[in-house]
Amino acid sequence: MSDQKTIQEIENEIVEEFSLFDSWDDKYEYIIDLGKKLPVLEDKHKLDENKVRGCQSTVWLVADYIDGKVHFKADSDAVIVKGLISMLIRVLSGHTPDEIIQASLGFIQKIGMTTHLAQTRSNGLLAMVKQMKNFALAYKIKNTMSHGERSAETKSN
Amino acid sequence: MIQSNTITKELDVYAIRQQFPALNRQVKGQPLVYFDNAATTQKPQVVIDALVDYYTNYNANVHRGIHTLAEEATAAFEASRDAARQFINAASREEIIFTRGTTEGINLVAFTWGRKNIKAGDEIIITEMEHHSNIVPWQLLCEEKGATLRVIPQLNGELLLDEYKKLLSSRTKLVSVVHVSNALGTVNPVEEIIKLAHQAGALVMIDGAQSSVHLDIDVQAMDCDFFAFSSHKVYGPTGIGVLYGKKHILEAMPPFQGGGEMIKEVSMLKTTFNDLPYKFEAGTPNIGDAVVLKAALDYVSKVGKEKIRNHEKELLAYATEQVQQIPGIRIIGSAAEKVSVLSFVIDKVHPQDIGILLDNRGIAVRTGHHCAQPLMFCFGIPGTIRASFAMYNTKEEVDKLIVGLQKALKMLL
Repeated sequence: MSDQKTIQEIENEIVEEFSLFDSWDDKYEYIIDLGKKLPVLEDKHKLDENKVRGCQSTVWLVADYIDGKVHFKADSDAVIVKGLISMLIRVLSGHTPDEIIQASLGFIQKIGMTTHLAQTRSNGLLAMVKQMKNFALAYKIKNTMSHGERSAETKSN
Repeated sequence: MIQSNTITKELDVYAIRQQFPALNRQVKGQPLVYFDNAATTQKPQVVIDALVDYYTNYNANVHRGIHTLAEEATAAFEASRDAARQFINAASREEIIFTRGTTEGINLVAFTWGRKNIKAGDEIIITEMEHHSNIVPWQLLCEEKGATLRVIPQLNGELLLDEYKKLLSSRTKLVSVVHVSNALGTVNPVEEIIKLAHQAGALVMIDGAQSSVHLDIDVQAMDCDFFAFSSHKVYGPTGIGVLYGKKHILEAMPPFQGGGEMIKEVSMLKTTFNDLPYKFEAGTPNIGDAVVLKAALDYVSKVGKEKIRNHEKELLAYATEQVQQIPGIRIIGSAAEKVSVLSFVIDKVHPQDIGILLDNRGIAVRTGHHCAQPLMFCFGIPGTIRASFAMYNTKEEVDKLIVGLQKALKMLL
């Protein structure tokens, strides 16, 4: 069995961390801190095509697929959004496409950040989650197709 | 310092606050401070009661019913049209067309007057500080007709009238200008703009979405050809607004939508259209909200626009002064004539972060581009933080905003 934590386990960890905060200010201070600590995305990735639509702030999101796992990198010009992204990356990055697609992300509600999921133009968390799941789905499809090709090749051999 | 309560010549803001139930609620455990009035105002109890009264007692379709409820609904609906006429001092009630709001009013003019009168090579002039709703309908029309959209530039929130004069020519067919900028609060010199346009032989449409709640509107004195405003920014319900047009211009315009109410006679060969204003009001109108618009306009008139204006002016001056305490702040739009809008940015901080942290203290402001992206582009910013004031706001609330901003910056920087 691998040592890697499951998405659910990481979500639980975050919920536990947030349970230590007494006030909303403390929660936001923590999120801002996460935002500040998130590694800056290299300029070469800050392209229009990497922008997540539906955010009032600018959010860039890129994904890599290495050894069957999806790895995310992201950045934003707004720090609270960056903190929220940082949590999403912590939860989803390094998992398989299937795990990412199936993730319930209930922690967002449990830590009281549901307002950021609202379908308004000012909050882009929902758009980010969607985009991350889209990446996972794209890798999954690509994966199945190349497997399909390979098995087709095997048959013809 | 003069306190703004108890003095009769001034607005009794604390008595007014009692009339707005939404102001009693708590947000994130704090009393709501509502500074997003340029987006929409809260509603006084009389407006809420009027809506309940309509649906409780005399809901019926207007104009054709012979029964009592239909007569009562029609009387109230038409009384509201009269109230709107009076509110903007139009010459006749036929010039008052009910719409869904300012956006629909502008689109109606673009779709009917515009399609009939704009031809290839014609020019329409707007300004750099327009809301998207006074840009896009004209862009669509120009694209369809091969006409050109010209833009009056601004500097620090004031229109450059000399540039406007250079744009005017015999090709100019329409000038469509925002009366008060939603993003900056600038009051534009519409009288001068209208005079110059008329000299060039062009018609003028005024977007009154922001002005109608703050300024005394007299469409006859202003001499504009079209004027549009929304009920929900004048303490009334959403989904209803008014388009004013000069009678002879409206009469020459083709209808907007086809359907019931807008016709005189229909046969399978030909339809003749109803008289003004019904020619432009196809289908069952938004009766409930139209009826309630009167309650809102009456309420504003009863409180007194001058009192409201003075109160808001004092608040804006106070807020403008207080906000200077914030390090790194830059006020966007410093026009000499401004109403009720304080738009600003802060160094090294994204407006959205400020918006979220202020909301966390129960303070509602608007952050973003305020549907005026070209204007934001001129200032070289993606958006601003906007606090916009209404009759029920207080200096204590401004103080809370300042504290909120200070605390937010402490967390963010």
